[in-house]
Amino acid sequence: MAEPLLTLSGVHTHIGRYHILQGVDFAVPAGGVTVLLGRNGAGKTTTLRTIMGLWRASAGTLTFDGRPIGSLATPDIARAGIAYVPETMGIFADLTVRENMLLAARSGPPDPGRLDWIFGFFPALKTFWQQPAGVLSGGQKQMLSIARAVVEPRRLILVDEPTKGIAPAIIENMIRAFRELKRSDTTILLVEQNVRFASALGDHAVVMDDGRIVHAGPMAALAADAALQGRLLGLSLESHT
Amino acid sequence: MTQTTPPAAPPAAVTTAVPGRRFDAVPLVLVPLLALVALPLVGSINSWITLTVAGLAMGMMIFVIASGLTLIFGLMDVLNFGHGAFIAVGAYVALSALGPLAGWIQTDALGWNLAALLVAALAAMAVTGVLGLAFERVIVRPVYGQHLKQILITMGGLIVAEQLIRVVWGADQKPMPLPAGLRGAVLFGDIAVEKFRLLAVVVGLSVLGAMLLVLNRTRLGLLIRAGVENGEMVEALGYRIRRLFVAVFVAGSALAGLGGTLWALYRETLTADIGAEVMVLVFIVIIIGGLGSVGGCFIGALLVALTANYTGYLAPKFALVSNIVLMVAVLMVRPNGLWPVAKR
Repeated sequence: MAEPLLTLSGVHTHIGRYHILQGVDFAVPAGGVTVLLGRNGAGKTTTLRTIMGLWRASAGTLTFDGRPIGSLATPDIARAGIAYVPETMGIFADLTVRENMLLAARSGPPDPGRLDWIFGFFPALKTFWQQPAGVLSGGQKQMLSIARAVVEPRRLILVDEPTKGIAPAIIENMIRAFRELKRSDTTILLVEQNVRFASALGDHAVVMDDGRIVHAGPMAALAADAALQGRLLGLSLESHT
Repeated sequence: MTQTTPPAAPPAAVTTAVPGRRFDAVPLVLVPLLALVALPLVGSINSWITLTVAGLAMGMMIFVIASGLTLIFGLMDVLNFGHGAFIAVGAYVALSALGPLAGWIQTDALGWNLAALLVAALAAMAVTGVLGLAFERVIVRPVYGQHLKQILITMGGLIVAEQLIRVVWGADQKPMPLPAGLRGAVLFGDIAVEKFRLLAVVVGLSVLGAMLLVLNRTRLGLLIRAGVENGEMVEALGYRIRRLFVAVFVAGSALAGLGGTLWALYRETLTADIGAEVMVLVFIVIIIGGLGSVGGCFIGALLVALTANYTGYLAPKFALVSNIVLMVAVLMVRPNGLWPVAKR
């Protein structure tokens, strides 16, 4: 396994009086896709938000590229090289597609070559380049959310359930886009419930339950072991496709 | 990045589905519609034009005051009831600045008059901008995300500011000298339009133009618009929303200082509670416009001012409640205001 790019050790997160993450320990190896699986309410989204600093860890350490990030503010975490695609997509509906992309490109206007590369996967973004993002369909908004995260090279991309409610044709292109990103040394931490999507992309699997990590190992091994899936996730991955 | 041949495009139906939302032009129609509805009620074309120009001028002044407040709310959900303090301080600073410039305002030369007003307005904006910086740091920052405390502490800030004004400038009513060149009216045939109201329209349109330019043509404006919509995502993209908010708070306070100067010149008198008096209208405007929406704030300000002027002429007894009725009517049809900002 490659050296970890991101490490969480004994991370606890409280939201109000609720103790959501209860000592989360896992590592995301550099390169490849780590899939974070678990039942609804297991703490997957909270884990991503805690990594981004959107919710503060009440205990434990988070280390990115050898540097502790647990006490950093969200903008500093982003500037350290972590991009975030939230479950809600987080697009700016009143801004055009172009303005959304301009905002995500912190170092200046987006590189035309990289934009062409993105348009190859998500051609609708080129079609609606000057349209307010709010007029896009759900799938197109998801394309924009992912495109925004990759408009400039980032070390790690956190993606929260990108296939939720999305048309199969767009999911195919997302798979291709993420595979391309894997080849470009970008590390992806993916929260996903679509097992076909997770199996197609995942190199490593981490399973959460009740705010704790209950399994970590190769994705292929988990995908091949129906009994393990049943024990960890409550049902077989195959029955979930 | 590894460059490879991009994959084939997905089916056109998936990627090029026609967007469903179109530009909402209804609020733009409301102002001329209101004016046209008022025309037969007023009867006289001359009176109607006078009332309309007066309403537009008043609307521009309210817009100058309210535009910063709506962005402050939109960016950080901060309910700043202390905004009236900046209006009042701005007016008093302008009054003090005009004191040594008596020669410039007493002459009939319009150029010197405008220069005096420019100096007074800049002084008001500078002082209220600095005051806004301190107000945000000391009063607003400790209560981020706590609306009840925001209301209480910012109202407290307003009360303290009013008392400090009385200590510094005195409790008595002050005359606000309108420059000689801006007194009286300009005649267009039989129609008389007060000169100062024309100036207020020009200033209001200039502020609107500048704000639209910054919001739509600069990266700072892009950040503000995005921050109003979803501040958390702006932070996740690597931008410090708090710094942005402080900048907007200072700019909004400075605009309130400019608005206070205009409002005092319009009334030609000022008291320490000049800000609190106008805040009722300001809150109605930003609610009607849609919290956080500059365009909505502009339309809302014009509607509120025109309604106040027409009602004041047609049925003076109902003038005070006319804007409440307007707000209720707008919110019944559009609960989020005329041009609501898309929120997360």
